[in-house]
Amino acid sequence: MPTHFIVHDKADTVGVVVVETVKPGDMLTGWVMETDETVRLKAADAVPLGHKIALDAIKNGATVLKYGHDVGRAVAEIGKGRHVHVHNMKTKRW
Amino acid sequence: MARAVAKRASRTDFLGYRRENGRVGIRNHVIILPLDDLSNAAAEAVANNIKGTMALPHAYGRLQFGEDLELLFRTLIGTGSNPNVAACVVIGIEPGWTGRVVQGIAKTGKPVEGFSIEEHGDIATIAAASYKAKEFVHWASEKQREPCSLTELFVSTKCGESDTTSGLASCPTVGNLIDKLDPMGVTSCFGETSEITGAELVCASRAANKQAAKKFMDTFMAYQAVIDRYKTNDLSESQPTKGNIAGGLTTIEEKAFGNLAKIGKKARFIDVLKPAEAPKKGPGLYFMDTSSAAAECVTLQAAAGFVVHLFPTGQGNVIGNPIEPVIKLTANPKTARTMSEHIDLDVSGILRREMTLDEAGDRLIDITIRTCNGRLTCAEALGHREFVMTKLYQSA
Repeated sequence: MPTHFIVHDKADTVGVVVVETVKPGDMLTGWVMETDETVRLKAADAVPLGHKIALDAIKNGATVLKYGHDVGRAVAEIGKGRHVHVHNMKTKRW
Repeated sequence: MARAVAKRASRTDFLGYRRENGRVGIRNHVIILPLDDLSNAAAEAVANNIKGTMALPHAYGRLQFGEDLELLFRTLIGTGSNPNVAACVVIGIEPGWTGRVVQGIAKTGKPVEGFSIEEHGDIATIAAASYKAKEFVHWASEKQREPCSLTELFVSTKCGESDTTSGLASCPTVGNLIDKLDPMGVTSCFGETSEITGAELVCASRAANKQAAKKFMDTFMAYQAVIDRYKTNDLSESQPTKGNIAGGLTTIEEKAFGNLAKIGKKARFIDVLKPAEAPKKGPGLYFMDTSSAAAECVTLQAAAGFVVHLFPTGQGNVIGNPIEPVIKLTANPKTARTMSEHIDLDVSGILRREMTLDEAGDRLIDITIRTCNGRLTCAEALGHREFVMTKLYQSA
């Protein structure tokens, strides 16, 4: 079974799509590297290779976790399975 | 032959050029080094006259002062002193600063001679420098490689046009190599001060001692002050770059944790270097204060004496360096397919779970040893020779 997305750390709120095409409604298989677990997620957006997908709903203003660390904040409500990028997430620095 | 190949694949030794000062190089360049922008034309003419030499034109060297001038000298002297350089001709507009660079390089014991243009003009200078360059080429071309230990190797790393695959796989592959080679006594270097933003406390926790941790945080905060002084927005599209964003990286914090994966999980940095400063504390991992721009960073690391460079890329940065071979690896399957001529090692199998990180690290060690033995990198074959000075502030 192909791995559609990878999650660095169990605590993360986003995963990274590692296949070239993900369409809305696709059932995806994910691999959590830290724990070697397999997880399932339904895509709500088209998400390009290398882009992030929300593993659960993320509230506007909430910290986004990747590598088990704070990598920025949501600047909009983000639904489960949605594409997470510059349109709904910003740096907390600079 | 098969036995020789098997022996080389032992991952402990390679064939290098041992220099007069004991350092080991993996290339045997005769370089024509201009002191300043005005001397580029003469340097390029000499390199055109004498086959087997290489000119390193650059944009600066006039009316610099203070710490910025010291950095210019450190970069030029360090470049000429790098063990990948067998011999060096220096050409400058006037004899004073030209002589300072020549004297600095001469401390290595390697052949070096300076020429200045004032009172002679370009044509006579080019003629005199060409005779000397030809003599150096004959001398250098008889040098032979000899067995050297990996413990004598100086390895630098920096990533470019990163995307999320860099943090998932190509940067951790470099980290796996560092974790394997650091205990053997390799000297290694990472940098990119601004690109640790968000991961600075995690980075500081990887220092071998309190002094190194403090030196890192002081260096990091000083760089942040420069960004705070000049920024007009949150640096989006500069850091992360447009290419990073196209590849799925959203924030500097996210980019920083991927970047930091290059130092692996175990190795600890023993000191913090100024830009282009040579390591002084023996084998181990060093952090160097550098820009995160690829050519600037690699030029500084080469000037500090590092002889082979490991460069993970996501979206496909094509950088090379004139004297320090740049080995490129990617975990992005699209980049590996669409830009294959630039990629020395494809580790995208990690993302498909066809390759483990440990296997990828071993493959990177193998391609590094083959490069040290003489295999040209993609960047060398394609003629990438980006030599870019870091400039700290305006000239006088």
